Parts: sequence; structure tokens; C-alpha cells
Amino acid sequence: MSDSVKTRAGREGKKGDLAVRLTEKDAGGIEISVESSVGHMFGQQIEKTVRETLERLGLENCEIAIDDMGAFDYVIMARIEAAARRLRKIEGPGCIPDRKVDYGPPRRERLRRTRLYMPGNNPDLMRNGGLYGADSVILDLEDSVSPGEKDAARILVRNTLLSIDYFDCERIVRINPLSTEYGSDDLEMVVPYGVDTILVPKCESAEDVKAVEKIIAGLEKKHSLGYEVLIMPLIETAKGILNAYETGAASDRVVALCFGAEDFTADIGAERTKEGTESFTARSMLVLGAKAAGVQVIDTVFSDVQDEEGLVANTEEAMALGFEGKGVIHPAQIAPIHAVFSPAPERIEYAKKVVAAIEKARSEGSGVATIGSKMIDAPIETRARKILRLAEALGLLEEEKNEMNGKTGGGS
Amino acid sequence: MVPNVLGRMIPEEIDGRKLKPFMGAHSGHGGGRKAAPPIRAVPDYADKLRASLDEAIDACGIKDGMTVSFHHHLRNGDYVVNMVVDKLAERGLKDLTLVPSALFPIHEPLIRHVENGVISHIEGSMNGPVGRACSLGKMSRACILRSHGGRYRAIQDGDINIDVAFIAAPAADHFGNCNGHSGPSACGVMGYALADSLYADKTVVITDNLQPFPVFPWVIKGGNVDHVCMVDKIGDPELIISGTTRITRSPTRQLIAEYAARFVRDIGLLDEPDFSFQSGAGGISLAFLKYLGDIMRERGVVARFARGGSNRYLVDMLEEGLIEYILDGQCFDLVGVRSLRENQRHLETDPFTSYCYHTKGNFAPLVKVGILGGTEIDVDFNVNVNTHTDGWLLHGIGGFTDVTDSQITMITAPLLRGRLPVITDSVTTVTAPGEVIDVLVTERGIAVNPARKDILGRLKGSDLPVRTIGELRDMAVGLSGIPEKPDYEERVVALIEWRDGTVIDTVRQLKAQT
Repeated sequence: MSDSVKTRAGREGKKGDLAVRLTEKDAGGIEISVESSVGHMFGQQIEKTVRETLERLGLENCEIAIDDMGAFDYVIMARIEAAARRLRKIEGPGCIPDRKVDYGPPRRERLRRTRLYMPGNNPDLMRNGGLYGADSVILDLEDSVSPGEKDAARILVRNTLLSIDYFDCERIVRINPLSTEYGSDDLEMVVPYGVDTILVPKCESAEDVKAVEKIIAGLEKKHSLGYEVLIMPLIETAKGILNAYETGAASDRVVALCFGAEDFTADIGAERTKEGTESFTARSMLVLGAKAAGVQVIDTVFSDVQDEEGLVANTEEAMALGFEGKGVIHPAQIAPIHAVFSPAPERIEYAKKVVAAIEKARSEGSGVATIGSKMIDAPIETRARKILRLAEALGLLEEEKNEMNGKTGGGS
Repeated sequence: MVPNVLGRMIPEEIDGRKLKPFMGAHSGHGGGRKAAPPIRAVPDYADKLRASLDEAIDACGIKDGMTVSFHHHLRNGDYVVNMVVDKLAERGLKDLTLVPSALFPIHEPLIRHVENGVISHIEGSMNGPVGRACSLGKMSRACILRSHGGRYRAIQDGDINIDVAFIAAPAADHFGNCNGHSGPSACGVMGYALADSLYADKTVVITDNLQPFPVFPWVIKGGNVDHVCMVDKIGDPELIISGTTRITRSPTRQLIAEYAARFVRDIGLLDEPDFSFQSGAGGISLAFLKYLGDIMRERGVVARFARGGSNRYLVDMLEEGLIEYILDGQCFDLVGVRSLRENQRHLETDPFTSYCYHTKGNFAPLVKVGILGGTEIDVDFNVNVNTHTDGWLLHGIGGFTDVTDSQITMITAPLLRGRLPVITDSVTTVTAPGEVIDVLVTERGIAVNPARKDILGRLKGSDLPVRTIGELRDMAVGLSGIPEKPDYEERVVALIEWRDGTVIDTVRQLKAQT
């Protein structure tokens, strides 16, 4: 081996990140040089992390130069591993950080009103993604990561999943399509390490879902996960729309179908507009497909971060079509979307009346309930119960529950 | 060295001055008599207008070892401090004590005068480059850092005798009446110069906007002024006032601000009569105003007063009727200056009325909630605003310790700044003791000082993420690791003075880095 085997990884001069230059040698042990914006306070700790990472990766003789801008250890480890993997094949699973949080198995049933996208190669943005109250976070390996950084991003996303507390958020990773050279490597890197749900882009058919499922199931077995990772197909082509029902029904792991407007409009050769006329039919069809398959359905992102009014109008329209959530590209979009998807007090009140009327009728042995002159039939009851479930999940019923507990002395 | 009540080691004496160790935030009482300036008679001030700054300086008879003072309302646009000290250096003066109410990066040229022995040390406040020079041991005597109220107290009590006060004035008459409301260098409030004008042996007003008598309001009264002189420019208007104070765009900082506003709502402060608050002009503070304003509007709450730092967001609230009065300590932008000039409900204050611990006029305890920032806070809620974790002295106290008189004192800060944890086991330097800090708001949770059981009780039923400060520390340190301690020399280069004149902590010289 010659001294000329050199690689680089990381992002130079970016806050919370670092640049790594790595050269493997024939002998001489590990030589480390560290430049860091926090060197006088963390220099020893950084050097220790660098040494341990190299040892765990099996690099015994090398020269490494770190240019650090205050990156945390799990980021330093990810960047070194990326550089090492660019240098040569690494035996074993890599240098995996300790798991900081135990979330338990993925939950199929949950609110998915907002899914916050975060670029998978940006440690600083990903770190705080769980703080803003989104129902889900998406660590993205696809469109927000350039082809030359796919390998580094997936290591960073793995380390982030293990190191960062996302609280109650669903942790979604958007992989690259399996049809690309990246897709199956993405799965291998993230499935065993604490992801709830895999967002599969450009999903067009049941086969696409099954192919992803097969790899996931293999990894679950290999790593003895003891739970099933969920799948969320992203539908963003005409063909995908036409096959929505089959895609949604392709696996028990599918929890929701999502719409991707940018790629869809490109696919059908239309311009994307704020009003979304060009995708109106497609979105309606996606709702039908998802509902027929018994899964949730989630609308695309609203791209203008400044335009809150537009966002609210767009979300209201999505809700009217039957969507249960939207993609989110900035934390400021979360609260307005949640406000739209939270049932209004009048609707909750009415739903309570409906359920009370039905239960009263049943207890009196009658199959028919009415409120005023209006007959309450099964679909009205179903909708009312759904609203109450949602209201309860959002804590909108709590007050009355407490009052009731007070009255009944806590029993029921 | 003796330990003070917080266990910090304090020298018994430094540069011939006996030191009193800090005994607790409210253990000091009044007593003694105030200092007094010399008496002047009518023939002494027949004509106060000097032909030039040189003439004004020469008329003051400044000698080696004397004390000269300045205010900082022109902030980073101030020309006057450098201009005057250059002239004092030209006269070959040595060993001067500088008493500015604050210094800024524009005052970096002072370092040369420190190195040449013109300035022996600084009492008051210093930021950035001058603080850095102090950390490196360049001052021949130990500096003293005081809050705005503490500076007023030290001057009033005679701990500092100002020989000559130089007061930069955006509008002045030849009699010495002046204010900051108008003129090319308008800065708004000018209250930090009040003590200087009242107690200095000689007072010089320096203006670039001389108006016929009388200039009114006379924030600084001509009756306290000895000499007036004109210069071309007292400052750079662009830098005196930031044209645009901006709400932070960082989602994390916005979240902290939102939590802070929800905290104020959830503990029921808005349901009490005569709500009042104080928040600064930093990004988080401005975002706090936005969220607080939204909540107040929704609930129909009107604050009786807000204590400024005025800025356009606070002025918007005043003009919308969400606040009845702004009691202003300094104007951070042009909207603040305009409002002060035009709105009778926008009142000018000074440390005598609002900050000084040794007066009967300190209204800070009437403020229901004060929102502050900080560089470090420890698990005992002690706060550091002066030094960084690496030991460099980089900030003055400003009004920080005075604002802790608020009924609830809240610190807002991100859990981590880059890799640096903001919460530590023990702060590098104590600026304010944990006993006066009631709550810490971070993006990952809110910690209430366990001594404030009342606040904890009032938070029941809130959906805010309430945690212990230990839990927050663990979250921060769990990610960052524990930073290595700075490498100090033995020598104490600065004292951190509590509001009552006792010493709460010291800053030591840093070892020169290779």
C-alpha cells in the first residue's frame, strides 16, 4: 500500500460539522491532528473520539486531520466512518454509537398531521427536529442529499437516530428508490437502528412496496429486532396514482400513502401552481386508494414558508379532500397545520351529542336515534366517533374528563 | 483570600482597596451618607461654552491618576471615548481610571492606551476586545465590573470619585442642558449619564448639535455641567442605533421565546392586575414580545408598563394599546427613539429610578417578570454573563443583576451553543447568585428553581415541558461531554461586584496561549 491513498469526508466550515482528511499508511500507528473551534475546551475529548473510532473501524496505521466546527461526537464518528469507507471496505457493522433513547417498537396508529423534512447530511438541522411538535420527523436521504454525499449521509442519519432524542415523534427515514444504487444500502444502514418508518419515494406499484418489505424483513431477522418497521409509500407519478389502492394494500406494514406534488407535476408535464389544480384529480384518487386500502393519506408540502395564509388555505383544502396530514419543510408550518386538523369546538360538541343520542337510543332498545328532526345513521356515528377519538388524542376532551371524574369519584 | 457566601474565593484586599465578600443578594442595607460634588457659585459658570474639546479638557485640570467617566448610549457608534482618551494621552497623562457605563468593539483602540500606561484599569463595564486585554493581564490594576445600578451606587456612595465626567450629548445648549432625543447622533434615552453629572467634580458636555438655550427636556441638567464644547461628530448614527432590530429566525430560539411567553401565561401572571414585564433587545427577547403580544391580544390583557430597552416591537405594543407605558432605560432602534420623543406614555428612566440598590427609587421589584439571557447557568441556578466557558472576560453585566429584582426572573438560553453546554455543574464566573434566578427556559425544557415552590405549584396543569435543571444538564452534557477547564494564572484581573458593593466573584488572568 502506498501513502497516496487519501480520502475526505464531511462539510468544511459548517457549524456543528467537520471536515476529515484521512490517509492510510503501511505502518506508524495513528497520527491525529485536530483543528477545532472548541479545541481548547474539547480538544482531548475530540482526539479520544477520533482514536477510538479509527480503532473500531480497524484502521491501525493512518494519518487523520480534523477541521471541526463544534461537532458532537456522533457526528465526528459518522464523518470518520464515511472517510474510512471511502478509503476501503470496512469489515463489520462500522463504528456505531451507543443507543441513547429506547423508544419501543414502531406504532402503527398515530396522528400524522405533520411530517417535518430535514436534510440527512446536515447534523445541525437534524439535531433539533424533534422539538417543534411535529407528529413525525423525516430524515431525508433522497432529494436533499447530493449523489456524492449519499454514503456519508446515511451513516450520519444512522448515528443521529441512535444519539438524538426525538421524544414522541415518529422517526421516518426517506430512502432513495431501490431502482437506484443507493436504496438497499440506505435500508441496511438505518433499519436496525431505531427507525420507525421507511418513506419510499417514487412508489408506483405493490411490487415496489414488496421489494422494500423483503429487504426490511431480512434485516429485522438478521438483527433480531423483534418488531416490524413500517412503510410509507410516497406516490409521485401518474402510474403511482393509478395503482394507489394496490400499493396501499400491498403489505400490513403500510401505514399511509403520501403525495409528492413536485415530481408528480413533472411526471404529467404540468406546472406546479399554488392552487394545485393540476393535481386535484390525482390527490382525490390517492385519497380513494388509501381509504380503500385502509391506510392514512397525507398530502404534499406547501413550499412557500413565508405564506401562512396560503398554507392554511391549502391545508383546509387537503382536509376537505380527506387528507389527514401534510408534509412540512419548516417548523413554522407545524402549528398552523395542526390548528386546521384539530376539530373545531362546535364539531366536538356535535359529535358528543350524536354519540349520546345513539347510546341513549340503544339503551332504550331502539335502533334509531335523532337529534331534533335529523336521523342519526351509521356513517354519522362513525364520523362522530372519529372526531372524538381525534379530539381525545389531541387532549381536547381532557377538561370534561376531569370534571366527570370529579363527579363520579373517579369511577366509571 | 476568603470564601464568600457562595464559596468563591475573594481577596481581602486588592490594589490597596479592602474588599467585602458577597453575603447574599439582599443582605446589605443602607446607611452612611451619599457623596457630594463640590459647590459652584454663579461667577464659576458665567460662560460654559469652550471653543474646542481641547479647551474643555484643559479647563478641567486633569492630572495623573485621576478618574474620568463616560456613558454608553452611543454604543458601538461612539466616537467620544476614543476622542477624549486620545487627547488625554497626547497630554502625557498616566494611570487614569476609566469609568464607562459600557464599552464596545469600537473602543478597541483603548488597548493601546492601556499598554502605554495611560489607563491603569477600568471600572464599570467592558465588552469584547478590551475585556480580552483584561483577561490577558494588560491592565496594571484589577478592573471592577458593575451593573448599571451598581455603577450608580458606587458613584453615589463615593466608592468612585469621578474627577471629570465626559457626557456625549446628541442635543445640548451652551448652558449644558442636554438630551438624546434629536440631532444627527440621536440615541434616545440618556439616563446612564445621570450619576456622572450629579457627582463628578467636573462635567463636560460634548455635542455635535448645539441648540439655543433651553434644550428641553433637560435629561441632564445644565445645573450639573461645568463646560460645553462642540465637535464635528460624536458618533456614527448607523452604529449608534441599529436601524433594524430583528426577531430571531432560528426555530430553536423562537421555540424558547414561545415557551417563555406560555410560561408567563400558564403561571397566571396575565390574570393578575397590573401586569408588567422587562425583556431586552436580543433575538429571543424580541420573539418573546411577539408571542406575548399574541397571547395578550387573544386574552384582552393590557400591561400597565413594560420596562425597556425600547425597540420597534415594544413600541408597536405600546401604540396598539397592549402596554400603557414604556419605562425606558435605553433605545435600541430608531423607532424607540422616535417613540420616546413623541409619545407621552414612553418615559425616560435612569438607574436612580429603576436599578440602584441604594436608592428609594428602584422600581425594578415592581416588575412582574424579567426576561434575561446568559452565557452559563449552573445546577444551583447561579448565572454567568461575564466570561465564556473558556475563561475569557468578554461581557459587561449591563442591567442583568438589577433586573433580578423582578418578582420572577427568567433566563432564556439554548441548552447548547454549538458544542458548548450552557448548563454546567458550576459556572465559570458568578454574576448573579441562584437565589435571585427563578426559572430557566430552554428549547428542551423549563426548569424552575426548587426554592420557588409557588411557581412550581402555579405550573400544575401546564403542558410545558417542565424538568429539573439536573435533567437539562444531563441532556446537554450527554451530547457535548464536559468541557476542559481554562488554564489560569494566579492573578485576579477583575472583580465582579454585586449590586450592593460586595464582591461575588473574581476573574483570573488567562495563561497566554501558544
